[in-house]
Amino acid sequence: MTIATERKVQAPGASEKSAPAAATDFPAIFGELQDELASRGSRRVTHLRQSAIRRFAELGFPTTRHEEWRFTNVKPLVRTPLTVAAPAEGSAPTVTAAELERYFYPDCTQLVLVNGRLAPELSHLEDLPAGAVVSSLADAWQSHPALIDQHLGRYASFDEHAFVALNTAFHRDGVFLYVPKGAVIDKPINLIVVGAAQAEPVAFFPRLLFVAEESSQVTIFEQHVSVGDGAYFTCPVLEVVAGANSTIDHYKLQRESTDAFHMSTLQVKQHRDTNFSSHCLSWGGSIVRNDVNATLDGENCTSILNGLYMVEGKQLVDNHMRVEHNQPNCYSHELYKGILEGEARAVFTGRIYVEEDAQKTDAVQANRNLLLSNKALCNSQPQLEIFADDVRCTHGSTVGQLDELAIFYLRSRGIGEEAARSLLTYAFAADIVTRVKLPQVRRDLEEFLFRRLPKGEIVRQAV
Amino acid sequence: MSLLDIKNLHAGVEGAEILKGVDLTVNAGEVHAIMGPNGSGKSTLAQVLAGREDYEVTEGTITYKGEDLLELDPEIRAREGIFLAFQYPVEIPGVSNVYFLKAALNAIRKHRDQEEIDAMDFLTYVKGKMEIVKMDEELLHRPVNEGFSGGEKKRNEVFHMAVLDPVLAVLDETDSGLDIDALKIVAAGVNSLRSEDRGFVVITHYQRLLEYIVPDVVHVMIDGKIVQTGGKELALELEEKGYGGHEREARDAAAASASPA
Ligand SMILES: Nc1ncnc2c1ncn2[C@@H]1O[C@H](COP(=O)(O)OP(=O)(O)O)[C@@H](O)[C@H]1O
Ligand SMILES: [Mg+2]
Repeated sequence: MTIATERKVQAPGASEKSAPAAATDFPAIFGELQDELASRGSRRVTHLRQSAIRRFAELGFPTTRHEEWRFTNVKPLVRTPLTVAAPAEGSAPTVTAAELERYFYPDCTQLVLVNGRLAPELSHLEDLPAGAVVSSLADAWQSHPALIDQHLGRYASFDEHAFVALNTAFHRDGVFLYVPKGAVIDKPINLIVVGAAQAEPVAFFPRLLFVAEESSQVTIFEQHVSVGDGAYFTCPVLEVVAGANSTIDHYKLQRESTDAFHMSTLQVKQHRDTNFSSHCLSWGGSIVRNDVNATLDGENCTSILNGLYMVEGKQLVDNHMRVEHNQPNCYSHELYKGILEGEARAVFTGRIYVEEDAQKTDAVQANRNLLLSNKALCNSQPQLEIFADDVRCTHGSTVGQLDELAIFYLRSRGIGEEAARSLLTYAFAADIVTRVKLPQVRRDLEEFLFRRLPKGEIVRQAV
Repeated sequence: MSLLDIKNLHAGVEGAEILKGVDLTVNAGEVHAIMGPNGSGKSTLAQVLAGREDYEVTEGTITYKGEDLLELDPEIRAREGIFLAFQYPVEIPGVSNVYFLKAALNAIRKHRDQEEIDAMDFLTYVKGKMEIVKMDEELLHRPVNEGFSGGEKKRNEVFHMAVLDPVLAVLDETDSGLDIDALKIVAAGVNSLRSEDRGFVVITHYQRLLEYIVPDVVHVMIDGKIVQTGGKELALELEEKGYGGHEREARDAAAASASPA
């Protein structure tokens, strides 16, 4: 009775939320660029681009009426008139090594993409095992066309995702990583995806493809950073193929300007006996959305999906997870923690899907949020779809504040109030930070927190 | 001048008065014991001294080293030398026991215009203090109180006290739940810190502790008031006779004040 009434009331309200007129006509831009885009990749990919832009035209930008976007209103992006970053190689804005220095790590293969295009002068390769490939996608289309064609666009589906559709239609460059059977790339790959604001807001679509063959191993550190202020739209799609018995550690650290729109998708396909870990660390932009999808398509897979986000002001960060257990005896563990200040918003959606045959699935999911201001807001929704009967699936989500008794305890020992709050906030985040195995990245995260938190110097001493 | 001077202290939480006129004077060099049944307000008094804001002081004064203590934030009180060993020490996941203590000590030293202690000196200093309470080194590197047993938590409180070197230490039932060996260790820790410029307020439920920490003065607290003060023999007397008589008196007094004149 009550529910029926509510529905009636909601209906007209919902129609008001219909899609605003988009300031950028992506299908029209695609029409202008399609000949040039067709030169990048196989014929299959050219067809894929066309299907993708058609699908985008049908879908349009998501609105809050869309189930998967209920709490994330992308209107500010939709209303921003965008140009697609220029195609010609020398026309990208120049970014100097000095501007990026703090993102460099010693002893790493380093690839820098500026507004979606590889900047060769800022990139260098460390010694790689025989047969391994680390290169720009544009170059790899020349050197390894068959290998790319075998994988690109086969995992990240755009059927229900406007941003994957845009990336699939418009991507020009990106990174191709290939680790042959049994090979171990022992030096981490440091991939720096730079957004450089231009006079007009630009859109770019980095396409990343990582293929790890049987029993191989690799660690990738993917950073998303801004040079200069000003709006831009970055829309990366990463497809990861984890061959049987491979081990892949992936870290994504997003720290962009507060004007940046960032809509990313990570799709990993795990074959049997794989060990995949993803750490998704978001310090925010204007709107940041991370779709993280793991498909466990073989037995005995482990998928560790950790995340940490810390946002302030009017930032919005949305982590949207889907873990698909399609085979028995797999383990997935998701832990996303968030710290919200100011009027920031966080959205977490975690869906665990367990196929009928995926017996003995062990799936754990937790989302924990720390609200440091009473104007910050968080929507957290775990969703389980379980079709097998012999499984262990747990989920939990919490939203809380700092423990006042703990603050008093610290103060009673001489620690100032601000430092006590920072210390407890740090401790909350440290739970994720300590899970980061790459020491350089861990130090970087710690450093970020020390700088960001009030009285960070005391925190630095106390941990 | 006395170290601590509490006069007619009334404090409580919304609507409910817990402390109903406490008077207490502690001089440097003295150990005062406060005994009393559960719920009489001992912990409330301890927490008010440390500056817990959950309790509102509605009347009375607390003077510490000649200054108005109630004006000071909890951390300033700590830096001025007040230390509270909690009845229920708080677990703080993610914050290392030893590094936190170093930050606390340095905050105190800075307040006293002393130089910050460096990591090496601190470690040597801390090792010495650990001896006092025979604390396991492993507990140094664990998060504060996390997963500590009841006894380990109490010992850790005494360890914190030894490191922070307070002027006035308030121990709230630090003996509860300790076996006799642990109790002796804790008491020895406290005794080693006794000195003529330090004062102690030792809150306990049992006379047993006072065999090891011999107090100069014993107070009995009932229903938010100190109803009797005496020498160390008072503790023994209470052990034998219980608080029964006092409680009856307190009830009668409460009834009398509640009935119309
Ligand atoms: N924060 C609080 N809120 C409500 N009541 C409290 C609070 N703290 C203490 N009390 C009440 O005050 C009384 C005295 O408590 P407490 O000081 O802990 O006594 P003691 O330490 O002597 O056992 C008890 O009745 C207790 O329930
Ligand atoms: Mg008590």
